Amino acid sequence: MSVQTLTQPAESSTETIRISGSEAVVRSLIAEGVDVLYGYPGGAIMPVYDELYKFRDQIHHVLTRHEQGAAHAAQGFARISGRVGVAIATSGPGATNLVTGIADAQIDSTPLICITGQVGAHLLGSDAFQETDIVGISTPVTKWNHQITCAEEIPEVLAKAFYIAKSGRPGPVLIDITKNAQFEMLDFKYKPCTGIRSYTPEPQIKHSDLADAAALINGAKRPFIVWGQGIILSQAEQALKDFIEHTGIPAAWTILGASAINTDHPLNVGMVGMHGNYAPNILTNECDVLLAVGMRFDDRVTGNLDTYAKQAKIIHIEIDPAEVDKNVKTDVAVIGDAKKALIALREMCTQNTHPQWLNRFTELHEVEHEKIIHKDLFPTKEGLTMGEVIRSINEHTKGEAAVVTDVGQHQMIACRYAEFKRTKSNITSGGLGTMGFALPAAIGAKMAAPERAVVAVIGDGGYQMNIQELGTIFQTKAAVKIVLLNNNFLGMVRQWQQLFFDKRYASTELINPEFGLIANAYHIPAQKVTQRADLNQAVAEMLAHDGPYFLEVVVEPEANVFPMIPSGASVSDIRLS
Amino acid sequence: MNEEKNLYTVSIYTEDNVGLLNRISAIFQRRHINIESLSSSVSEIEGVSRFTLLVFITEEQMRKILGQIEKQVEVIKAYYHTDEQTIYQESCLFKVKSDLLFEERQIQNIIKDSNARIVTVNREFFVIEKSGRRHEVDLLYRELKPFGIMQFVRSGRIAVTKEKMNITDLLAQFAQA
Repeated sequence: MSVQTLTQPAESSTETIRISGSEAVVRSLIAEGVDVLYGYPGGAIMPVYDELYKFRDQIHHVLTRHEQGAAHAAQGFARISGRVGVAIATSGPGATNLVTGIADAQIDSTPLICITGQVGAHLLGSDAFQETDIVGISTPVTKWNHQITCAEEIPEVLAKAFYIAKSGRPGPVLIDITKNAQFEMLDFKYKPCTGIRSYTPEPQIKHSDLADAAALINGAKRPFIVWGQGIILSQAEQALKDFIEHTGIPAAWTILGASAINTDHPLNVGMVGMHGNYAPNILTNECDVLLAVGMRFDDRVTGNLDTYAKQAKIIHIEIDPAEVDKNVKTDVAVIGDAKKALIALREMCTQNTHPQWLNRFTELHEVEHEKIIHKDLFPTKEGLTMGEVIRSINEHTKGEAAVVTDVGQHQMIACRYAEFKRTKSNITSGGLGTMGFALPAAIGAKMAAPERAVVAVIGDGGYQMNIQELGTIFQTKAAVKIVLLNNNFLGMVRQWQQLFFDKRYASTELINPEFGLIANAYHIPAQKVTQRADLNQAVAEMLAHDGPYFLEVVVEPEANVFPMIPSGASVSDIRLS
Repeated sequence: MNEEKNLYTVSIYTEDNVGLLNRISAIFQRRHINIESLSSSVSEIEGVSRFTLLVFITEEQMRKILGQIEKQVEVIKAYYHTDEQTIYQESCLFKVKSDLLFEERQIQNIIKDSNARIVTVNREFFVIEKSGRRHEVDLLYRELKPFGIMQFVRSGRIAVTKEKMNITDLLAQFAQA
């Protein structure tokens, strides 16, 4: 499991000690290399918090202002570092408030452990105070979950939880611990989990599948690669770069695959999907071999499946067998780790270039550049664009920043235009589209990578969904740079209303507060930009400031994101206006 | 793509764990697929449980769902089979008034001809048990119906497959690794 190499290897304890269940929880976390976790205390988890207090020099608990914030912060921590994020909450509402973050981590394959307190075992099923069946509730959105009702189970179950969360295709695991199990004593000895007989995290790649894939690639005239987050999760960035440089194949990315290869790499042809780039979407339906790596053919990527790459032979490199042939029928499936597959495949593929084919991408890119990109990035009309804000951030951070985005128009613009020179730099809620993700996720990201600039680009809708996490920023001094792109609308929904609902703007206009004053109330310096002339200076000041900073940019209220593949349309019917 | 729906017997070998049934049934529920019958028991391997489900879906749906079932951490292996590939049975119980046994001689013939079995008799009622294919159970139901059935219950399908299912080998491989 390549993911594990980033994580500090879990440690076995040498001797058995007699301790409480709650101490066992904390010692297990420490043994797994956890040094920071996010959470919110409450009745049913208080014994564990008492131990967190005792161990506070070894493990840093970050008090968020809402359990949803804790889950997203743990996700941000995991996404930028490749390590397992940990969130902790009490029973009942504490546990249910984690659920959105858990569902987000499930669909975006993020290694996450959620620990929840639960009423005493003797009260289970009796509708006790703050009792909720969180194992039942979280079952469809967890990779694994389990309720611990006696202290002896704690070390083994937590070891299993970490193993499951980070191995194979990562995902969220929820462990619910009854209060009696936290109080009871046990003989504690920690042994990391190394395997589960019913679970194959990483299937062995079949050589014959690689040979079939290589034959298709070697015979292709117009080959095309679409990569996803699987490249980042299997640390296959270099392997992918070597592969595309060797074979000369143009490669595009899904939103979660962004930053795995530098944005300015000549074979990086941009983003696929609903608001992706023009060329890779159009040419998906002109390639003769489509090599999909570590991606799952989400409907936001494929548009109408009946007209998706029907002319092409499809090769799918994927670690999760359930994803193969789920949405798109493959000709060759290579099931296993992306990094191993790409390294092996490179050996079997002839060195090649495809200048004419690559020219097609350039031609179409020029069309998009003229009609959309240039106007977004270098607008001449009055009214700031979201694109020029991202351009300014690019210029000042030189592609070194991690960009954390929320959900909506600003997210699409940021992912389209952010320039990346480092992997794991695009942290966003892709599959679930969770508004409210960015602010807490940025806190987690900044804590996992304090040396990096972390810029949270957020819309005025999503910002207010977890705005209370400004309190966490204030308390922890996490130096998150918040860029609020304020159009006083739920912009993406408004765009759809304009295009598909005859401009009936049902409940999308926001009457907003003075956001800067709110930031100031948390002692976070704030600046508001309404004029183009002030933008660059403000971005520079924000980035130069030592500590958290809030920058509001008032942008055009009714701008639209293009290109766009209307919902249910074919990728080749992508619209430029 | 073959869009024709078929009856599939799904056999799922799992670790013995509370909550796993919930996890498995959720996969069908998400896609609005009705589970026609479900039975859970121990299997031929100690510590390994076996679910037997019956669903009426297309083979394409079946393959996708099987992948999602096997993906669950505590599922060891899952298979699907058509009726031709399995030996399958259902079981049912009829509770009937005892008087009928003496007043309606025909009932004794029906029981004998259908290879059903009387499980218990007392003053008030007797209980008939019948195992077999669905149509055999249905036939017996139709024959007994006119006399009055006090209670009727039918079990989910249980099935063994004609082909080998290599669970033991799979588990042995893990034990060696």
